[in-house]
Amino acid sequence: MKPAKFEHQRMASLDEAVKALGNAEGETRVLGGGQSLGPMMNLRLAQPDVVLDLSKVEGLDGIEETGNAIRVGARVSHARIEDGEVPGKTGDYMQFVATGISYRSVRNRGTIGGSVAHADPSADWPSALLALGGSVTAAGGNGIRTISLDGFTVGPFSTGLGWDEILTGFELPVLGTDANWGYYKVNRKPGEFADAIGAVTLGVEARAVCGATESAPFRVTEIEERLASGVQEVSIAEVRDILDRYDAGFDDYELQIHAVALSRAVQGAFA
Amino acid sequence: MADGGSVDGKGIGARVLRKEDARHLAGKGKFTSDFKRPGQKEMAFVRASVAHAHIKSIVKPAGYEHAIFTSEDLPGLKPMRALSKLPGYKLSDYPALAAGKVRFAGEPVAVCVADSRADAEDIAQMVEVEYDILPAVTDMLAAKKPDAPLVHDEWEDNIVFETFSDDDFQKIADEATVVIRREYRMNRQAMNPMEGKAVFAEWDDRQDQLMMWTSTQVPHLIRNGLAEFLDLEQRQVRVIAPDVGGGFGCKALLQPEELVAGYLTRKLECPIRWIEDRREHLVTGANCREHHYQITLHATPDGRMLGLDCDVTVDAGAYSVYPFTNGLEGAMAHGNLPGPYNFKAYKCRTQTTVTNKPGLMPYRGVARPGVCFAMEMTIDALAREIGMEAHEIRMKNMVPESAMPFMSIAKKHFDSGNYAKSVEMAVDMIGLEKVRASQGVPTDDGRIIGVGMGSYVEQTAHGTSVFSSWGVAMVPGYEQATVRLTPDGGLELRIGVQSHGQGMETSMAQMACEVLGIDPDNVMVTHGDTGLTPYSTGTYASRSMVMAGGATARACRVLAERMEIIGAHLMQCERTEVSIAGGKVVSGKGEVSFAEIGRVWYLNPDELPEDVDQGGVEVTMGYRPEPDSGAFTYASHACKISLDVETGKVKVLDYVIVEDCGTIVNPMIVEGQTFGGATQGIGTALLEESLYDEMGNPGASTFADYMMPSATDAPMYRVDHMESPSPFTEYGIKGMGEGGTIPTPAAIGNAINDALKQIGAEVMETPFTPRRVRAAIEAARDRKEGEAA
Repeated sequence: MKPAKFEHQRMASLDEAVKALGNAEGETRVLGGGQSLGPMMNLRLAQPDVVLDLSKVEGLDGIEETGNAIRVGARVSHARIEDGEVPGKTGDYMQFVATGISYRSVRNRGTIGGSVAHADPSADWPSALLALGGSVTAAGGNGIRTISLDGFTVGPFSTGLGWDEILTGFELPVLGTDANWGYYKVNRKPGEFADAIGAVTLGVEARAVCGATESAPFRVTEIEERLASGVQEVSIAEVRDILDRYDAGFDDYELQIHAVALSRAVQGAFA
Repeated sequence: MADGGSVDGKGIGARVLRKEDARHLAGKGKFTSDFKRPGQKEMAFVRASVAHAHIKSIVKPAGYEHAIFTSEDLPGLKPMRALSKLPGYKLSDYPALAAGKVRFAGEPVAVCVADSRADAEDIAQMVEVEYDILPAVTDMLAAKKPDAPLVHDEWEDNIVFETFSDDDFQKIADEATVVIRREYRMNRQAMNPMEGKAVFAEWDDRQDQLMMWTSTQVPHLIRNGLAEFLDLEQRQVRVIAPDVGGGFGCKALLQPEELVAGYLTRKLECPIRWIEDRREHLVTGANCREHHYQITLHATPDGRMLGLDCDVTVDAGAYSVYPFTNGLEGAMAHGNLPGPYNFKAYKCRTQTTVTNKPGLMPYRGVARPGVCFAMEMTIDALAREIGMEAHEIRMKNMVPESAMPFMSIAKKHFDSGNYAKSVEMAVDMIGLEKVRASQGVPTDDGRIIGVGMGSYVEQTAHGTSVFSSWGVAMVPGYEQATVRLTPDGGLELRIGVQSHGQGMETSMAQMACEVLGIDPDNVMVTHGDTGLTPYSTGTYASRSMVMAGGATARACRVLAERMEIIGAHLMQCERTEVSIAGGKVVSGKGEVSFAEIGRVWYLNPDELPEDVDQGGVEVTMGYRPEPDSGAFTYASHACKISLDVETGKVKVLDYVIVEDCGTIVNPMIVEGQTFGGATQGIGTALLEESLYDEMGNPGASTFADYMMPSATDAPMYRVDHMESPSPFTEYGIKGMGEGGTIPTPAAIGNAINDALKQIGAEVMETPFTPRRVRAAIEAARDRKEGEAA
């Protein structure tokens, strides 16, 4: 279980990284905390020719509140979020999510940007951030651009990032002090990847996400409409009926646990 | 100077801290992967990517031919062949590198050698193997069908062997008006020691000897196997097990990789190393536990169990492992199914089948977690049927203490114990009445509560006659220990068993302390080295403390006599006036330290008496309990679980253990072993499963897919001990290393079914995953709806 030969390039700046990615020959991967890419390379499921290591790139690890948004850098570790560095209600929600990711030593190294760019369907952040809303910032050959989190995850291990773009961070909404949120993960053991995720936030708009699917997480508008109209409880049976109408490829058990997750996320939001 | 000094309270029964922990806690243990030599090479294996196929061709990449070896490149390397005398048993060869055909995904096909493991893996990735794919047989029941593909072409079917015993059920027919029928399945697992397999081989020209450091439980058996299959003389092989990070059974067998390393180090004239990675382990080590039961229990309406009738199927995978064969599980299932209960009639058929999966290996508890699961789950099904508490049925039917020693219906010779008392204590500890009262109160989070238990009796340290009856070619005999007084009064103790987490460097030293009064800190225990220790079949079958401990006691007693002769002379008194106490020879006239004895024997023999034993202060003694039918440990586990009806997820809320392993040598070690075993049992019950698709492709090759129990899954176990010494062993000690794993799946399964009782659902297949629990609930609801309609 050793990686195939690859070239490791430690990037000194974002500019250098963008240039290197644009000019790279062969398969090139961007390395954040290495908690997903590392094992995949060891298993030789990923065999990149070049790995661009962002760990020394400055300016990607900030957390700042700018009026109506919270900027979170791509290299911010799960552990820092777990430790409460993201402020306010948004921070409470993200802290709860981060605490359930794997175990502490993985959280120390794993990054939020790496997780979203990697887009493992069972990972927490793609679903959790979709439920929060906001956008991804990315740097590429054509400069910086902002991409909505809606639709950013396209499918398993597939995102809206261009081939020459590096995810640099997130602009996330500030949840008001009275905003409700709920997050429920069905998994086999504490810290394990999710079998089902339900995520709900009630900020400026009500957002409800069904996550840990075969593909990309998706918003469930029927639930969002109910939440927006003041409904505070949606039964498992109701969620089942709603989710059954989506073409998510669930078998009966998967439908059940995704319904449980979303129903309990709603329940958690008003507990 | 290693002065023994006074060491009251460090012998048998003392909570002595483990001596080996000092180095392990400091990260200073030395494991096989810590060995490095100039010029060493690493091996990586090309493993079969399909489960069943003829190998059409193996193409070596240009320029790397010298670094790649297939079975054709290793002439003289014999396939492993594990002999069995079981009637009708079909022999099969297990080639170290596949020859012509592969029979499971992950089977070694070729080996690549390079300066580093990464380089070796690069070469392995370039090797092209072309397969002629055959239909695979992946299910043990399907394997029995007449049209099933044959795993071994030379056999007429896929059945390795059968056992059968019949009984006259007519004698109980009038009374046994309650009949319970169930079908249970315990699925395949991979046992996961923290350290995977590892081997370091080097040819020593000076000794003309293969030196092999390997992560094994049985160094002497590995030596036998290496000599046999590499065609070496025994004197040409020395096997050393350095620190070993757990084994659980998978290291009680010769590994193909050990043979290949032993072969190549001589051929390539360089040290050869192989360190198994976890993916290799999860794929090739998916080799245990897989049983199927079709069980019928005949009982009375008031809960007397009269007859047991069972068809057992064991999935042995593709190959028979050396030396214990793939026959152990079936034979042991047959002999252990009735458990601690006194049946009047017992009928059993076991069939062991081959499939395209890794060869079955004995895993901690061997067969008994399966039989205990089937037996104990059936008892609770009976309890639900007749409306009785299951523990009352257990207590009513267990062999009573007054009947000991007792020959069970399955011909197990129970030595001592109060089985029913362990049930009573466990029921009390778990607070059954309180749980029952709480079950009526619905929780607000959709969870329901269940309580369940499992009891077992476990044959441990069984000897020559028992292994001989199982037909295996490698039978344990008299276990030996060597003790040697050092010139400064310390003690060297050499045993042929191997300690890989059992704390034997401490418990064996406690045994020496018990006899000689020497401080365990002054006893150096050497184990796991064929060059330094007496022959032993090794550590398995919960045998080491009874066998090697017993031999240690006997060797120490003879040493004591010899030291008394010298001590009496030095004190100028009669032999009858002296005794050993507190690490000294004492008499009314004074005392002589062991250091003084050592000094006289080694350095000033002119001071020795004329009647000194010329064997000196080094003694080897052998030991075997009489009779050698085994010391029977038993326990009752009880647990309380919560079950999330909506997700099917189970959480263990409370877990109690009442165990009796006879005389306890070190309670901390006993408790640690019990907790570790029970946690592995939780893995069997709730988490661990080696999945395959219909082509035989493994579905769990990383810890992301294969769920291991860890600290978050282990409850705070509560344990109580009983001590019923065995009348047949030294100090009444019984083996206990495996027992913790045995009743856990049953206890948890019974608790789940207790919780599900209100829904009318029942689980019958491990692990009880949320998906399986939900399926059981759905099936019960469908049934009810069907009945209503």
